[in-house]
Amino acid sequence: MPDYQWPDPEHRTLIGQRTLRVDSPDKVSGQARYTYDVKRPGMLFGKVLRSPYAHCKIVSIDTSAAEKMPGVKAIEIVQKPGSTIHWAGDEIVALAAVDEGVAEDAMRTIQVKYEKLPHLVSDAEPAPGQGESQGPLSMDDLGDMLDNQVPENQIISQIGQFGVSFQSTEQDYKDAKEEGVPDSILEAVRKATVHPEAAGKTTKSNYQKAATQTQGDIEKAFSDSEVTSEGLYGAPVITHCCLESHGSTSEWTDADHLFVHMSTQNVSGIAGQMAEPLKIPASNVRVHQDHVGGGFGSKFGPDRWGIATASLSKKAGGKPVHLMLERDSELKVAGARPSAYARVKVGAKKDGSLLAWQSYSWGTGGPGGGGMPPIPYCFAVPNQHKEHTAIRNNIGPARAWRAPNHPQAAILTMCALDDLAAKLNMDSYEFFLKNIELTRLANVYREELSIAAEMMGWKEKWHPRGQNVSGNIARGVGLSMHTWGGRGHASDCDLSIHPDGSVDIKMGTQDIGTGTRTCIAVVAADALGLKVDGIKLYIGDTQYPPSGGSGGSTTPGGVSSSTRRAVVDARDALFAKVAPALNAQPDDLEARDGSIRVKSQPNRSLSWKEACSKIGATPITCHGHNDQAAAKNKPDLTNSGVGGVQMAEVAIDMETGVVKVTKMVAVQDCGLIIDVRMAESSVMGAMIMGISYSLFEEKVMDPTTGRMLNADMEFYRLAGLNDIPELKVHMMTGKGYDERGVIGLGEPPAVSPGAAISNAVANALGVRVGVIPITPDKVLAALSQNSSQKAGA
Amino acid sequence: MHDDESIVKDPKNSNEENSGVSRREFLKISTIAAAVPVVSTPDFVMAAGEQVPVRGPGKVPIELTVNGKVHKVSLEPRVTLLDALRDSLDITGAKRVCDRAECGSCTVLLDDKPVYACSVLAIEAQGRKITTVEALMEGGKLHPIQQAFVDNDASQCGFCTPGFVVACKALLDKHPDPSSDDILHELSGNLCRCGTYAGIRGAVAQAARKGA
Repeated sequence: MPDYQWPDPEHRTLIGQRTLRVDSPDKVSGQARYTYDVKRPGMLFGKVLRSPYAHCKIVSIDTSAAEKMPGVKAIEIVQKPGSTIHWAGDEIVALAAVDEGVAEDAMRTIQVKYEKLPHLVSDAEPAPGQGESQGPLSMDDLGDMLDNQVPENQIISQIGQFGVSFQSTEQDYKDAKEEGVPDSILEAVRKATVHPEAAGKTTKSNYQKAATQTQGDIEKAFSDSEVTSEGLYGAPVITHCCLESHGSTSEWTDADHLFVHMSTQNVSGIAGQMAEPLKIPASNVRVHQDHVGGGFGSKFGPDRWGIATASLSKKAGGKPVHLMLERDSELKVAGARPSAYARVKVGAKKDGSLLAWQSYSWGTGGPGGGGMPPIPYCFAVPNQHKEHTAIRNNIGPARAWRAPNHPQAAILTMCALDDLAAKLNMDSYEFFLKNIELTRLANVYREELSIAAEMMGWKEKWHPRGQNVSGNIARGVGLSMHTWGGRGHASDCDLSIHPDGSVDIKMGTQDIGTGTRTCIAVVAADALGLKVDGIKLYIGDTQYPPSGGSGGSTTPGGVSSSTRRAVVDARDALFAKVAPALNAQPDDLEARDGSIRVKSQPNRSLSWKEACSKIGATPITCHGHNDQAAAKNKPDLTNSGVGGVQMAEVAIDMETGVVKVTKMVAVQDCGLIIDVRMAESSVMGAMIMGISYSLFEEKVMDPTTGRMLNADMEFYRLAGLNDIPELKVHMMTGKGYDERGVIGLGEPPAVSPGAAISNAVANALGVRVGVIPITPDKVLAALSQNSSQKAGA
Repeated sequence: MHDDESIVKDPKNSNEENSGVSRREFLKISTIAAAVPVVSTPDFVMAAGEQVPVRGPGKVPIELTVNGKVHKVSLEPRVTLLDALRDSLDITGAKRVCDRAECGSCTVLLDDKPVYACSVLAIEAQGRKITTVEALMEGGKLHPIQQAFVDNDASQCGFCTPGFVVACKALLDKHPDPSSDDILHELSGNLCRCGTYAGIRGAVAQAARKGA
């Protein structure tokens, strides 16, 4: 049995070290080619005409003027007259022309008549009783929940509580499974009560009451509580704002074969999604991508505009059609994180022991409504009562955004608990520690809290609220904690060792900036005793073995496991070829420092090149597979379930209301770390993104026109260099962590910044700014409300 | 419109000593450009007391000197320098992200000064020295600033990276030993989404130490 297990610390050469990112030289020199940079012979440029209205019906479309324009090569009606449009910016017509200018001019000649319908773009608190009860769930309802990343357990609970309005055949289950619907949800549908009489009742309120959840005895818990705290907390809709916008270049290489360059997080998963609407076999679609300029959860599908490039290309005789979204479209339609707000009441004993949680929450994920974030987050408060209202509105669809639902859950929970700690006159660090046994990772959090406190200087910096003011500047510290799964996805890898000593790996994965290339190269080079530049990587193409989409922190576990299996098999095959030359048994050999040598007598060795020359004429090629199901991996090299702690320090100018983060620390575990530098960069990136969404970001909708008001990068503000303080990262490694196997890291550190910064602001000001982003106007409003309350008291 | 109003939207060079291209300079450039044979009707209009040619709306010949090489292309006058570089010359290091001078991903050097290539017209860049990120490598070797980006892991998805590298080159050309205020000022026109600012700060420090 080959020894696939991860090597012990003393047998690792590169794993757990700091390697330079292998694709950095291409990126810093401008040589890295992105989908946006693709040039194909005879390439046409595509543009999309978008709906100016948030809710309307298309009455008529007249493209006759555009058809007559020189240079216009193809026009595709994306949504026909009669279609209902549910958000401003939705696609109506796509066209392709010889250059971008002509395409833009042609688009302006298209006449579309709309019948305007009433729209809702607000996600303000629903009035009491405004939420309508959910009836039996339709297939669309389920699709919406899955699209909107509603947590699996909530979907299952809703299916159980409300039943379904449709009958399913075995074929339906099979299709759904192929589309990636989790088995647990399919199982819940099988068991659900079917209410056929509810089918087709589509007139639904914008405000939909989700399942009410009660646990324990909430009334008794509050009456037993010696201290309670109430507050309003929330996070608005924000966008992904990938710097490389969504887009693709499609061309038909013959009548039924399509070649697509696409900006995607999901190279291996795109072909099937394109094949179905184009009615060709998935095997006829080749997808390619070298580099992608950000995804953050928004680039898993080809999108309607991606399918349109293929349709336009077909009409233009197969010529390549290149269509990248403009910045405003990118911000309007290509990705949004659902909002979440809650009125929370929490109660505890005087010693800080948490007893009760009550929340009335609401939020929107656009047309799909969306679900309740997993609250209370991390802490299983013994008595709970939760009600949630989902708002279906016309702001555009939601997409997974780095750690779907968790940052919102952290804001709603950690801020409420921090306010309770303040009411108890407890240091919030002590309060969180006091209740740590209510979490599932108590030992991990305890260790991480202690390290984070040391790095932050928490003991010296923490003070009761509002008591560190010097002049106009108020200072404070806050903390938050988080968790995530991160098990490796399905991944396949082909690894070849050639007789000339070169090594290549082929895998249909993608590097979305998280260091996936580096991760694969480190795992392979470590096992072969080579340097990372001894491994040639071929990724980002459907011609290579498939590997899962890069979402939910599943990539490191997936690609490292498949690579490890392939490389161990290939190395063992090489040992078998080399053993006679070294007069040894294959089991006695090791690959180290660019040589193959006898373990007990390292001077009996062959250089890597000499060793590979024994292979013969054809290379050694081995296949490695990691299965999504842990039980099928023997041994399982990946794992799930991490914990992290973050602390923030802020300085606030109380005259201007400007909040500055002055220091931030993160302590994070992610099992066995393949490369510490990549891991630290991921965590720092998440902290910076977190500072950005905590202080600046919000998708602002105009209630009158129903359009996004800040669909550019001046008013949809991202944090800049000037907004970023000293960042400190500590990765948990060694005993207790390494032996768990590889766990992904993209999501977890993006969860806590909002809550940690909000708590630091509360600590500084002595008053809570409950809803992020914490902008100067909100700071000043909170301060003035606080002082008028004090004056009135 | 005031005579000296800046035509090139160039927030990086908005201080007094360095105010981008003024209207007068622009007119001079236009006059020089008029010497180039114009394909479309050579209409003239009066602007600021001078006769200036109307260019376009059809394609006109344009000559761009990019990274030391002269390129002759035929483009509509409305085409930006960024689109000319990317779509006509296949020089794609400068990225199109916001297309309206907000993010810095398209930063190139125009006569050694950083500009947003999305907000300069290709015709305006004629007769000037255009330097893109591609020109920084010499003999296959990374420029010390680029090496500093690699060493400090200052790129993740990498889409903002070329713009930052060029902005850093301009920063260190102007301030060989930059203060933290210099760094913040000169790099505040560039944005990153993945969150590589810590690495970028390290890269600038390393490059400055090595006298890049």
